[in-house]
Amino acid sequence: MSGDGLPGKLVAVEGLDGSGKSTQVHLMHQWLSGLGYRVFFTQWNSSDLVKEATRKGKKRQLLTPTTFSLIHATDFADRYERQILPMLKAGYIVFCDRYIFTSFARDSVRGCDPSWLRQLYGFAMQPDITFYYDLPLETALGRILEGRPRLKYFEAGMDLGLSQDILESFRIFQGRVLESYKNMAKEFNFTVMDATKPIHALQERAREIISQRVDLAVYRKRIAL
Amino acid sequence: MSPKRCYRLPPPGVDLSKLTGTLVVIEGPDASGRSTHVELLAQWLEQKGYAVAQVGLKRSALVGAELEKAKQGNVLSPRTLSLFYATDFYDQMENVMVPALRAGYVVIADRYIYTLMGRDIVRGSDPEWVESVYSMALVPDAVLYFMVSARTLVERTFQAHGQLDYWESGMDTNLGTDWFDSFMKYQRKMRMEYARMQKKYGFETVNANRTVRAVDADLRLRVERVLGKTIGG
Repeated sequence: MSGDGLPGKLVAVEGLDGSGKSTQVHLMHQWLSGLGYRVFFTQWNSSDLVKEATRKGKKRQLLTPTTFSLIHATDFADRYERQILPMLKAGYIVFCDRYIFTSFARDSVRGCDPSWLRQLYGFAMQPDITFYYDLPLETALGRILEGRPRLKYFEAGMDLGLSQDILESFRIFQGRVLESYKNMAKEFNFTVMDATKPIHALQERAREIISQRVDLAVYRKRIAL
Repeated sequence: MSPKRCYRLPPPGVDLSKLTGTLVVIEGPDASGRSTHVELLAQWLEQKGYAVAQVGLKRSALVGAELEKAKQGNVLSPRTLSLFYATDFYDQMENVMVPALRAGYVVIADRYIYTLMGRDIVRGSDPEWVESVYSMALVPDAVLYFMVSARTLVERTFQAHGQLDYWESGMDTNLGTDWFDSFMKYQRKMRMEYARMQKKYGFETVNANRTVRAVDADLRLRVERVLGKTIGG
């Protein structure tokens, strides 16, 4: 679905864990909200109603590739119809930390049929800008693993049976997700960002791109607060 | 033994070979007597020596409880609710139905994707989208659709609960503020949707306006015929 005609703008960030995308989108949101623009921020897997079921399913390792995908689609639909779409209609700039491409990448690696996934999310509009934070696999892994985190079962793709070793499984899984992102870059017109660059430089570049592609003056708050 | 298939691709990781059991679906509105007959059928089959597994809506370990809760508040958009139900369905399909069919059980589904699709379509969802969501569902060996007149439904609902159900009256679909009128309109829409699906998916119609005993006898004949075809006895 195309968002042409909606007064708002949709900006999404995508990338591997460790790519720095959440930091970047947080800074974008801070920038425009500090200047008094109508902006809204929403995050993957954060709808109150659905989150609890997702958490339980993950904790008890109840999820199959299909139900994993559907429960995230449920979460997305809830946020999309209650927040994202109304905000876009009201003329907001909506920032999404992860969007439907996260599902396209992860769930297809889990074996879901790519065309089924695209139909599942067929109701969602394409973003006006999708920043994709591209990072070599080893760098992304290094950033995540240097803190010696306790990786979670699904996060590491343990459900795929790639390896009994959780670290090894995480490596293989992230590698496949990365491939999947790269393959989508053209199809979905990603704005590819070199995530090896410093945070500040990346942020300046993102702000430049947003300023060029969005007529920001339109999004100034009209009502006094 | 009946080879099983899905409407389109099977879900990833689901092996359809060696599913030797039989999948019988009972469809129809609330108060059509569905659940009573599922119980009677299950008892009869077990007495005849068939192992039976039952599935139904909102019964998944994954989201059954959350779905029940969400329905109470009526705060989810139709699409969210629809995807929640789809999650519930596939969880039961992958974790209950498929293993039971592999073990040679007769699986009785008290409602299936058709009710779920019908409800969504009546609420304005794009039929193509809805069908795509459920395209990985197993094709049942038989779908027995309980057809009941709206009048009988109303009377049975009043007898059982003393009031009409919010969702079964389609009160969320803006058919008006009068519960009775809304119930009649909503049930008529659902019946039209079932009729459309009946052609497409090949339901057998069971006249459920009759007594429990008559319907039960009818069901036994039909199920026996299916078992003869699928299990060979």
